[in-house]
Amino acid sequence: MEKNWSFARRENALRLRAGLIQAMRQFFITRDYLEVETPHRIPAPAPESHIDAIASGEWFLHTSPELCMKRLLAAGYKRIFQLCRCWREGERGRLHVPEFTLLEWYRSGCDYRALMDECEELILAAAHTLGACERLPFRNHEIDLKGPWERIAVEEAFHRYAAVSMEEALEKDLFDEVMVREIEPRLGIEKPTFAFDYPRERGALARLKEDHPDLAERFELYIGGMEIANAFSELIDPAEQRRRFEFEGARRRSLGKPVYPLPERFLAELEAMPPSAGIALGVDRLVMVFVNASTIDEVVAFTPEEL
Amino acid sequence: MYTSADLRKGLKVIIDGEPYIVTFFDFAKPGKGQALYRTKLRNMITGLTLDRTYRAGETFEPASLEERIMQYLYKEDQLYHFMDNQTYEQITITEEALGDAKNYLTENLNVKILMFGDKAIGVELPNFVNLRVVQTDHWVKGDTSGSDSKPATLETGYVLRVPPFVEEGELITVDTRTGDYSTRVKG
Repeated sequence: MEKNWSFARRENALRLRAGLIQAMRQFFITRDYLEVETPHRIPAPAPESHIDAIASGEWFLHTSPELCMKRLLAAGYKRIFQLCRCWREGERGRLHVPEFTLLEWYRSGCDYRALMDECEELILAAAHTLGACERLPFRNHEIDLKGPWERIAVEEAFHRYAAVSMEEALEKDLFDEVMVREIEPRLGIEKPTFAFDYPRERGALARLKEDHPDLAERFELYIGGMEIANAFSELIDPAEQRRRFEFEGARRRSLGKPVYPLPERFLAELEAMPPSAGIALGVDRLVMVFVNASTIDEVVAFTPEEL
Repeated sequence: MYTSADLRKGLKVIIDGEPYIVTFFDFAKPGKGQALYRTKLRNMITGLTLDRTYRAGETFEPASLEERIMQYLYKEDQLYHFMDNQTYEQITITEEALGDAKNYLTENLNVKILMFGDKAIGVELPNFVNLRVVQTDHWVKGDTSGSDSKPATLETGYVLRVPPFVEEGELITVDTRTGDYSTRVKG
């Protein structure tokens, strides 16, 4: 049998991937972050309307390490990061595999804006270590990595790129469609772009803006039209968090999706969590940016179809 | 019935009573938002293309089309000629209606012709076909340019990426679902 060319040809991408992971670890270690490993198999994933967990016996494979990492924050850990595999049911496409790699980091005593800075610094440091050009060719664009990166409120992005306003899109239940078809492809084209302040119902675990309670303190990083990272100022009010989880659970039920048990220990310990911010970054997709890949299949050792 | 989760390139469904084939598919999910299934669908009769985005759980009626085995004969102008091996009846299909299938048709190849009433509207290919490489640059051993693939032109005129070790004149297997190189055929 001839050697499997589709694996062999990914060697460059897998080398870059390994280098990127090393560079990110180094970045956090020098900033006094503690690397943690929390269980992949958990009894109660966060109830979010549109994120589906894969069952594993009576429990579930985590869809992100968020709840366990926040319990550590509540216990007094101030800066923690984790690189791990996560699983999401039914997600397969050009940018999705159901088993993927997330980098999450959490920091107490700061809000989402501080994480925009840190996210930019992380990726610039990694690019430097990898010897990447400052102008990255990606998807027929040339992305200028030099800071400061673009920051745009989601409401303003609708105004600039879409035919409808954010309010109209929400009213007509077309927010996701407009994001995917009209807005996302235009974000992060010249420079990486942070889109910030999302409608409150798009951030079940995010703190709301004090002066604007219909918006959540949440941002997404886009590079070349592709979502790379999602972050927010963490919601630390246990009663409000419980209401949001119950709302999300009811929505799951009305969509005919399995409803998960409430993560009671997380809710009980949230009381002790200091003001913090956290971020999840898709490692596979960041590798795609550095190797100019057009599909996630080019940067993973195996796709599910190849197993 | 198909649901949104079944959507993929090549799937044939009925929309407003007419058969459509999915010519582009992508799964999208804006952060914390719902799953969206983006498609381009070609009307298999008129050739017109729709650009549609579906949500999870939508249902589609499969387009069950009558199939007839026919042999590919030749191409003249923009028309591809096929013959029914039993009845010797000949039919033509336009290049547009064939879509990507034209990349894999070699003379005398037997394919399934899809019929809508008595109109031939497309072909169904085997998943893998063997095609000869008619042009590709010779790969110099020890080439350190790091290039892991090179372009090759096949006998049908189709150009695809192949591993550096594939030589002109060799027979290769191509996956007709993706259009990608699969393996060499040892002769």
